[in-house]
Amino acid sequence: MPARRNPQLNAHGELIHLLSIEGLPRDVLTQILDTAGTFLSVGEREVKKVPLLRGKSVFNLFFENSTRTRTTFEIAAKRLSADVINLDIARSSTSKGESLLDTIANLSAMQADMFVVRHAESGAPYLIAQHVAPHVHVVNAGDGRHAHPTQGLLDMYTIRHYKRDFSQLTVAIVGDIVHSRVARSAIHGLSVLGVPEIRAVGPKTLVPGDLAAMGVRVCHDLAEGIRDADVVIALRLQNERMSGALLPSAGEFFMSYGLTAERLALARPDAIVMHPGPINRGVEIDSRVADGAHSVILPQVTFGIAVRMAVMSTIAGNAA
Amino acid sequence: MLQLDAEALYAELRQGVRPLLQAHGSDAVLVGIWSGGAWLAERLQRDLGRAGGHGTISSTLHRDDFAQRGLAAGGDATKLPFAIEGAHIVLVDDVLYTGRTIRAVVNELFDFGRPASVTLAVLVDRGGRELPIAAAYAAARVVLPASHRLRLARDGEGRFTFDVRDAAALR
Repeated sequence: MPARRNPQLNAHGELIHLLSIEGLPRDVLTQILDTAGTFLSVGEREVKKVPLLRGKSVFNLFFENSTRTRTTFEIAAKRLSADVINLDIARSSTSKGESLLDTIANLSAMQADMFVVRHAESGAPYLIAQHVAPHVHVVNAGDGRHAHPTQGLLDMYTIRHYKRDFSQLTVAIVGDIVHSRVARSAIHGLSVLGVPEIRAVGPKTLVPGDLAAMGVRVCHDLAEGIRDADVVIALRLQNERMSGALLPSAGEFFMSYGLTAERLALARPDAIVMHPGPINRGVEIDSRVADGAHSVILPQVTFGIAVRMAVMSTIAGNAA
Repeated sequence: MLQLDAEALYAELRQGVRPLLQAHGSDAVLVGIWSGGAWLAERLQRDLGRAGGHGTISSTLHRDDFAQRGLAAGGDATKLPFAIEGAHIVLVDDVLYTGRTIRAVVNELFDFGRPASVTLAVLVDRGGRELPIAAAYAAARVVLPASHRLRLARDGEGRFTFDVRDAAALR
């Protein structure tokens, strides 16, 4: 029996869907980051639009709310000249009982060329990718706790932009890692790109036990975790995903794991601070850090558009 | 196989480009098409004693074969260190063939502003046009079978050579 191919890649190893960073080879990741560099400069032109997806329809299917991610995907698709259709799924047919695959079949009948999918269930974008016609492409915009590959790619782009080279870096990911698909995507990507030290920093209840097997150093002490780090990625405390007594309170979390200027002083003097947003000031990050000289949180948003343009134009140009 | 002396042709191109630039005085700028044309523009800028940098432009984002071939390399090559609005642009390329690359880079150019004029100078015009595009100056005009690939190469010392290959023979 032949080995099962990664569903994101065609027979030539080219990217046709973006579902997860896991399993993507280094050259595919590097090519997306290089392409994103091109699109970053498009944002500075008189005409911020290129015709690569002219005549294509991109459907934003957000089964879970996310204004920022949906907006950056929409801007990215529009800068590539695609027609963008935003579906407020939470308020439409699914609430009338339509199944996910029936929704997709109906939208495909409307000549969709690409689906950008955000779903609370891990694996939903995979299911869609398996059932669409060969010319249709799927981008995972976040599925459950599983993956958020465009966020992972924009984190890698941001790190490469400021640090140039991955091979000497120490990257600390701080906070609610167990609920974070962002952390998972970043860990996979950074490992493939050759980051020698990745640390996961947080309380025992919020750091999954299987991380050590992924080559990640787990630290339950913040000072130990961010000491001499080149990059500190603070994660949002996901109150909406918390069930049971994982944490006593947000205030207590800030006391032990909040990123303050005093604590950041333990990292390297040229460290950058990243955050996938939206930030909870005074919970996982102090305002002095979020707005401070080390913060690259807003550039991340700008890079996110270029990275999503790179992903969409790459997969749209590759046939199944 | 056809023999082309790229260095001799470059010397002719240099003479041919001079009047195209002089016609518009200080408003004229040189823009080379990535990658071979950009090498030519870089050297012309220096050899013609022109102040400032040359421009480089890539066809990647406006190519008409994106649906067939996907995203090509060289997309980030466009660097135009001057205002395009109102400028007289002299585009430079190594080989003019179907004209599709020229169509794409003209579109790319207009994303940066409205030039006053755009003219084209090439090292070799090999015929085979599929669009109504013509060079104001070509150092050589040759006829090549469609299966032949003609590409400019540059060695470590910056000297140009032409690489002519029969793609049919390689198969």
